[in-house]
Amino acid sequence: MSTKGKITGIISNLVMVEFDGPVSQNEICFIIHSEVRLMAEVIRIGGKTAYVQVFETTRGLKTGTIVEFTGHMLEATLGPGILSKNFDGLMHDLDKMTGIFLQKGDYTPALEDDKLWKFKPLAKPGDEVLAGSWLGEVSENWIPHKIMVPFIFKGTLTVTDVVSEGEYQINDTIAILTDTEKQEHKVTMVQKWPVKIPIKAYKEKPRPFDFMETGIRVIDSLNPIVEGGTGFIPGPFGTGKTVLQHALSKQAEADMIVVAACGERANEVVEIFTEFPELDDPRSGRKLMERTTIVANTSNMPVAAREASVYTAMTISEYYRSMGLKVLLLADSTSRWAQALREMSNRMEELPGPDAFPMDLPAIISNFYARAGFVYLNNGKTGSVTFIGTVSPAGGNLKEPVTESTKKAARCFYALSQTRADSKRYPAIDAVDSYSKYLEYPEFLEFMKKNISPKWVDNIILAKNILIRGRETYEQINILGDDGVPINYHVIFWKSEVIDFVILQQDAFDKVDASTPIKRQRYMMDKVLEVYHTDFHFDSFEDVNPYFKKIINVFKQMNYSEFESDDFKKYENELQEIIQERKKEKAEIN
Amino acid sequence: METTAFQKIYTKIEQVTKATIALHASGVGNEEMAVVNDRLAQVVKIEKDLITLQVFSGTEGIPTNAEVVFLGHAPQLSVSDELGGRFFNAYGQPIDGGPEVDGKKVEIGGPSVNPVRREQPSELITTGIAGIDLNNTLVTGQKIPFFADPDQPYNQVMAMVALRAKADKIILGGMGITNDDYLFFKNVFENAGAIERIISFVNTTENPPVERLLVPDMALTAAEYFAAEKNQNVLVLLTDMTLFADALSIVSNRMDQIPSKDSMPGSLYSDLARLYEKAVQFPSGGSITIIAVTTLSGGDITHSIPDNTGYITEGQLFLRKDTDIGKVIVDPFRSLSRLKQLVIGKKTREDHPQVMNTAIRLFADAANAKTKIENGFDLTDYDKRTMSFAKEYSEKLLAIDINIEIGKMIDTGWKLFNKYFSVAEIGIKSEFVEKYGRSIENKKN
Ligand SMILES: Nc1ncnc2c1ncn2[C@@H]1O[C@H](COP(=O)(O)OP(=O)(O)O)[C@@H](O)[C@H]1O
Ligand SMILES: [Mg+2]
Repeated sequence: MSTKGKITGIISNLVMVEFDGPVSQNEICFIIHSEVRLMAEVIRIGGKTAYVQVFETTRGLKTGTIVEFTGHMLEATLGPGILSKNFDGLMHDLDKMTGIFLQKGDYTPALEDDKLWKFKPLAKPGDEVLAGSWLGEVSENWIPHKIMVPFIFKGTLTVTDVVSEGEYQINDTIAILTDTEKQEHKVTMVQKWPVKIPIKAYKEKPRPFDFMETGIRVIDSLNPIVEGGTGFIPGPFGTGKTVLQHALSKQAEADMIVVAACGERANEVVEIFTEFPELDDPRSGRKLMERTTIVANTSNMPVAAREASVYTAMTISEYYRSMGLKVLLLADSTSRWAQALREMSNRMEELPGPDAFPMDLPAIISNFYARAGFVYLNNGKTGSVTFIGTVSPAGGNLKEPVTESTKKAARCFYALSQTRADSKRYPAIDAVDSYSKYLEYPEFLEFMKKNISPKWVDNIILAKNILIRGRETYEQINILGDDGVPINYHVIFWKSEVIDFVILQQDAFDKVDASTPIKRQRYMMDKVLEVYHTDFHFDSFEDVNPYFKKIINVFKQMNYSEFESDDFKKYENELQEIIQERKKEKAEIN
Repeated sequence: METTAFQKIYTKIEQVTKATIALHASGVGNEEMAVVNDRLAQVVKIEKDLITLQVFSGTEGIPTNAEVVFLGHAPQLSVSDELGGRFFNAYGQPIDGGPEVDGKKVEIGGPSVNPVRREQPSELITTGIAGIDLNNTLVTGQKIPFFADPDQPYNQVMAMVALRAKADKIILGGMGITNDDYLFFKNVFENAGAIERIISFVNTTENPPVERLLVPDMALTAAEYFAAEKNQNVLVLLTDMTLFADALSIVSNRMDQIPSKDSMPGSLYSDLARLYEKAVQFPSGGSITIIAVTTLSGGDITHSIPDNTGYITEGQLFLRKDTDIGKVIVDPFRSLSRLKQLVIGKKTREDHPQVMNTAIRLFADAANAKTKIENGFDLTDYDKRTMSFAKEYSEKLLAIDINIEIGKMIDTGWKLFNKYFSVAEIGIKSEFVEKYGRSIENKKN
């Protein structure tokens, strides 16, 4: 007998329900509102009253309305068919909904019950398996989608039967497992999992060490992230958070991208819907949409589902990680999720923490980031979820609860600077203030020295130092005046500008410049450092600025040209000529 | 009002606060409208049978035995072609002496568009103002506010933009505007012979502030009717959204909610996003474009209202007075149109993006040179050239009294580069220099 209840109060989308049986925290219930059923989640229980947050508008709801409890928490539906879909925050398929406008209670299924999938068994009778073990696979787009032992099973089970190769629907039984109590269990291709609980069907989660290429120079060449790592991008509005996330979703080296559009603009998701089916994935040659899944709860969609949306996206990512894939999860913006928590907490009149956010916000954020990671599966294969979220600090002030809590949880910090954005120095990541904690991991450094270049780590440190010195020198010039400092100050400053313009700045909207493969990044870094190491001859400080502008201009033309193309080489030669113009000979230096 | 014979009349009010009243009643729906004596009110809270109503015009003078009648529906607007040319108050009642509008009654603040049913905006809106068309190009289906100090002529600029944009309907949502502003809009629209295309919902400073809360939803509901059902291009003007947000904070404070930053309600972001996200390009060709005004105090954009707005809208247009030329300009630094990428260099000439960015970068260099002067330093030759460039750029392109076509704006950009800088100094893709800025090479270097 499922528990039932009746509405006794309504404040915005917080509804009080008097219930008659057992109810659990975070249980899902449905409000029977005339013809439609409105989904809601229990967020507090007191006496005979459950406080539920409704994932819809509560307009027109009345007291006395019947509420049915479901006995389970909010769950994701996991099985073949997730890839390339557009879901809402509760994992309803947006494309299946009818009409232009979202109708309340229009809850479409995530997957297709009648679709046939070509199943190939990977396990055989007698095999011993654990939760997450691969029983078979179907091909979903191009991904060998593993059909796994449902994550809910505990302990070792024995495979009693697996169906033979053939076409099956997701609800068909594809295997029978026997547990230690001799109990038989039928397994289908689809399983449910509560989104707020991490999927832990893996053997081990070591520190990540494998470089994840993003094609974004200021990340890869200065603040690299690893496969299974975490990062966050705080920045005032308009500084480039979303453009950066879109660039990552297009270019990052991952098998699958999950985009959680959390409480931001609908048009930004439309951009993905529109462009990704047309754009090529440079690595696989397939369309970008073939490796992408979108979970959209844009700012005009129900606020209560905002929190759910990031958990749904994380659960989908963990599911694919268990198949041995590299998944990149992007969430824009985690601040909107925190704000949704704040709205609810205020409505429930909880004791507020800083800036009226709930007291447990830091714990919520760090638990979420902890779900990312690189794992060894039970079968020895590896998989990863890399997570990069944006943060939208109120007033652009980084000393606010969401930014501060996230800083403690994420290992890479990509700080977007208003000043850089104002002067159109995009991407506006402040390379000096930003950091990658992975540069402190010896296993990662080893990996990079071996796989990219032995000088790679030294180059990062040098480039950052040049930028810092450039910044300091610039301040000195501003204090003392152009002619109040030695000419060399101008040279130091302009050498740092070369790094800024050539490595840091990158035009996300230019076909070529948008993405730089690591080989090319290494080449450009070497070139730029070559300029740095060259001693130039100047008679007056007035000559310094135009000369370096010339150098930067030619470098920029190189950035706009296909790597190693004729144009590229032409500009490179031009660059060498310009360098020769003012290069000091050895004798001169001494 | 719309009371009918069988509706139950309640006459026993239990609690009265500045903004709300509470009474025992049954069968009442959340957000339902009610009439309290002659004032309109809306259900904001239900606890068992105790119903709390927000009285829009305030509770001054409401007796405990006032007559309360529930209307059985959320706030509504009658929509039909008859809306054209009419002026209404915040409740959608005519204020122009004309008859009630005959049409379909729809609840305001209706559902959102399914994101997968949206079209990507791609139609350029031209205004003739280079600070907008060249640097911050607008697109149909976009939402963008003017950020301006109260002494800037934002309403004038907005009216000008509205008339030059080729919209099928212009819908004005006026919140806390002065009666003079209201008459100004009325006049401008009448003089332009555009009155039939215009619909206005107005709450002036003479009306109770809380009533303003209904204005944007009224305007956007009318907009949705014309855009979704009649496939028209609708431009919605919302002025002043700061006063709208102030009304939100009045209500939340009176209802004892915990305020967040700047005494604004914690839900400010969601409240504003719900409105601005009504901007849309429908696949069937209709669109809603929102141009709003957010007044600043002392240019402070970190205040909660502009800050949350900036996180929601697709850019912002910053008005400021340029003391060099003594005119109001669209500030190229803090202004941004996030949708410009969809059209510039695609619907406009291919060199548009680079010319735009270069000019702004050089303008920034001029600002640095000015700082040098302030600090008492000598200027280099380059500094001097950027300063002359900046002045001419302000005059010929940034000032809001410019009215030219986009190709001409780009050419003007090249002419100025040509006059003051070398090819290396402008750093534009050489392909474009060859094709559009050729003469520049003959000048310098
Ligand atoms: N890498 C980039 N290259 C060129 N323009 C950029 C880049 N990053 C950001 N921009 C510009 O900045 C605008 C705002 O960026 P966006 O990512 O939407 O900001 P945010 O999400 O931080 O509010 C974009 O519309 C674009 O004009
Ligand atoms: Mg953004």
